[in-house]
Amino acid sequence: MLTFTIRRLILAVPTLLFISLVIFLLLELAPGDPMAQVPLTVPPEVKEKMREALGLGQPMHIRFWKWLVQFFWIEPQVMIDHYLGTSFSAGDLRVISWQTRSPVMDIVIQRMPQTLWVVGTAYVVAILIALPIGIYSAYRQYSWFDQLGTFVSMVGFSVPPFFSGVLVIVIFSVQLGWFPSIYDTTHVVDSWDSFVYQLKQMIMPVMVLALQITAQLSRFMRASMLDNLNQDYVRTARAKGLSEYIVVMVHVLRNSMIPVVTVIALGIPSIFGGAIITEQVFKVNGIGQLLIGAIQANDLPMVQTLTFIFAVLIVLFNLIADVLYGILDPRIRYD
Amino acid sequence: MTDKERFVPDEGMAPASTAVPGAAQLEELHNPPRSQWLNVWHQFKSHRGALMGGALFLFIILAVYLGPFVWDIEATKIDIRARNQGPSWAHPLGTDQLGRDMLARMMAGGATSVSVGLTAMLLALGLGSLLGVLAGFFKKLDGPLMRLTDLFLALPLLPLLLVMMLLFREPLNAAFGPEQGIFILIVVSIGVTSWMPTARIVRGDVLALKEREFVMAARSIGTTNSGLITRHILPNVLSPIMVSATLGIATAIITESSLSFLGLGFPPDFPTWGRLLFDATDYLQQYPERVFWPGLAISLTVLSVNYLGDGLRDALDPRIRGR
Repeated sequence: MLTFTIRRLILAVPTLLFISLVIFLLLELAPGDPMAQVPLTVPPEVKEKMREALGLGQPMHIRFWKWLVQFFWIEPQVMIDHYLGTSFSAGDLRVISWQTRSPVMDIVIQRMPQTLWVVGTAYVVAILIALPIGIYSAYRQYSWFDQLGTFVSMVGFSVPPFFSGVLVIVIFSVQLGWFPSIYDTTHVVDSWDSFVYQLKQMIMPVMVLALQITAQLSRFMRASMLDNLNQDYVRTARAKGLSEYIVVMVHVLRNSMIPVVTVIALGIPSIFGGAIITEQVFKVNGIGQLLIGAIQANDLPMVQTLTFIFAVLIVLFNLIADVLYGILDPRIRYD
Repeated sequence: MTDKERFVPDEGMAPASTAVPGAAQLEELHNPPRSQWLNVWHQFKSHRGALMGGALFLFIILAVYLGPFVWDIEATKIDIRARNQGPSWAHPLGTDQLGRDMLARMMAGGATSVSVGLTAMLLALGLGSLLGVLAGFFKKLDGPLMRLTDLFLALPLLPLLLVMMLLFREPLNAAFGPEQGIFILIVVSIGVTSWMPTARIVRGDVLALKEREFVMAARSIGTTNSGLITRHILPNVLSPIMVSATLGIATAIITESSLSFLGLGFPPDFPTWGRLLFDATDYLQQYPERVFWPGLAISLTVLSVNYLGDGLRDALDPRIRGR
């Protein structure tokens, strides 16, 4: 199992390098001048100096190497310094945002909790809803519950989050006035009332995100249960006289959870991508909105770092899914 | 008379012990053999959701492409005195904040959205099938091409699409004009970021097909590789390609709408469903119905295409067909 994990880890390194190169080249080869916003009255030699101050003077491969060093060597040192109070990174240049002139990672760390709260809660809620629906629809295949489940998940697939989000805002905040339409991230939970308010403002973004995940997961759970329900070992379990509950919830469920668990792990990074839109709809100032803001402000270091963070998430959770699959299903490990 | 026909035993020579054919079997004997596509259609017809989805999708396509000939108000015609109107006979879906007819804008927007969906799907399908067939057929290419697919799958697609929109908008606008430029940009960027599932599925099927006897037979009579691929492999992987085509339309339409919704898609005076929805969110409190129509159009299109794909999957699978 250890060699399996190590092999996967080693494979992840070139993938990450390739992705960082793609992102770097995309930003590099794209026409467009970061100095375009500078007034025309600024003389060209000053512009040239400004360009050098932004680190644009050097050849491409040197800048790519510098960015790699900054991201993989200096930023971890900064993190260690922050937690242990050491000073490894003193004097080193970090990735600086062109918008705020402060280190990109500091801003990302500020924005991360909001995204994690909304996305994380949505994912947990979605799993809690999807699994029972999937199990029951498979157990009663083609019943009205199953048909309804199929229809609802088709709708969940089809309705994009920017429509369902706006729709729930129209219904629940504009018409009914139950929930606030804007997510207030400065809200501090310190009493029962503020907790209720936090709950209220989280319900809509969480449900919108959860609807999509539920649609996919419940279909997957159903298919996986159906694959297992007709297997011989289920007949054996029934023949032994085990109760129906034990047969379904222990024997079948544990076996059908194997692919579902990996799908859950694989879905986490894509949920961050989907959260970009949901954050925009509900005005949550998480990393999705940070990315949109950086793109609109032409802040290339920020865009590069954020996109790469999304890529790291994808590769990381692919790895986790692979390893989980290996742990849960011994047949995978030995090939 | 050829040899083969002579060896077929006569009906009357069958031993008496064989069962008398049932009525259904007799009928089957009398009916002329049906073509494969007729079979597919019969299976497809029995899937009610798919039939409705197909009809709805056809209706949407007709409405957005032929609708402007019937409802001939310009989508960009500004009539400031008739702004923010509710539904009436002159404007069945009302007008927007500049007095533009919403029905005309919905049809114009739909034409763009559906065109983007179809073109991007074709591009992704072409790329995916090409790479899938190459990887499955030629052993040498399999490793590198599949690694490439894995790498593409690990890319964060929505952020990258947004970045592409940011970076390539200006030069393409300058080269092809604002509307053509952004159309090309959106179609190409959606196409090159969504071919991976098709490539994987096609490769898997080609790998299995390659070992079958009919391919071996074709090879033994001296069919060239290109002939093998076009005459024997491609027709047999058509069904997974068609299914992923339907799903491709759905994802392309949703992606285009998301980009437009984030303000990074088509320019404001060039309506698409996503753009209409985005513009309408500013007037959410006063005129919520303006959000409703484009959103409903996107959702219905995607829903119909998904049901269509579901039905096609069943209809094209010979193991399910005929049951």
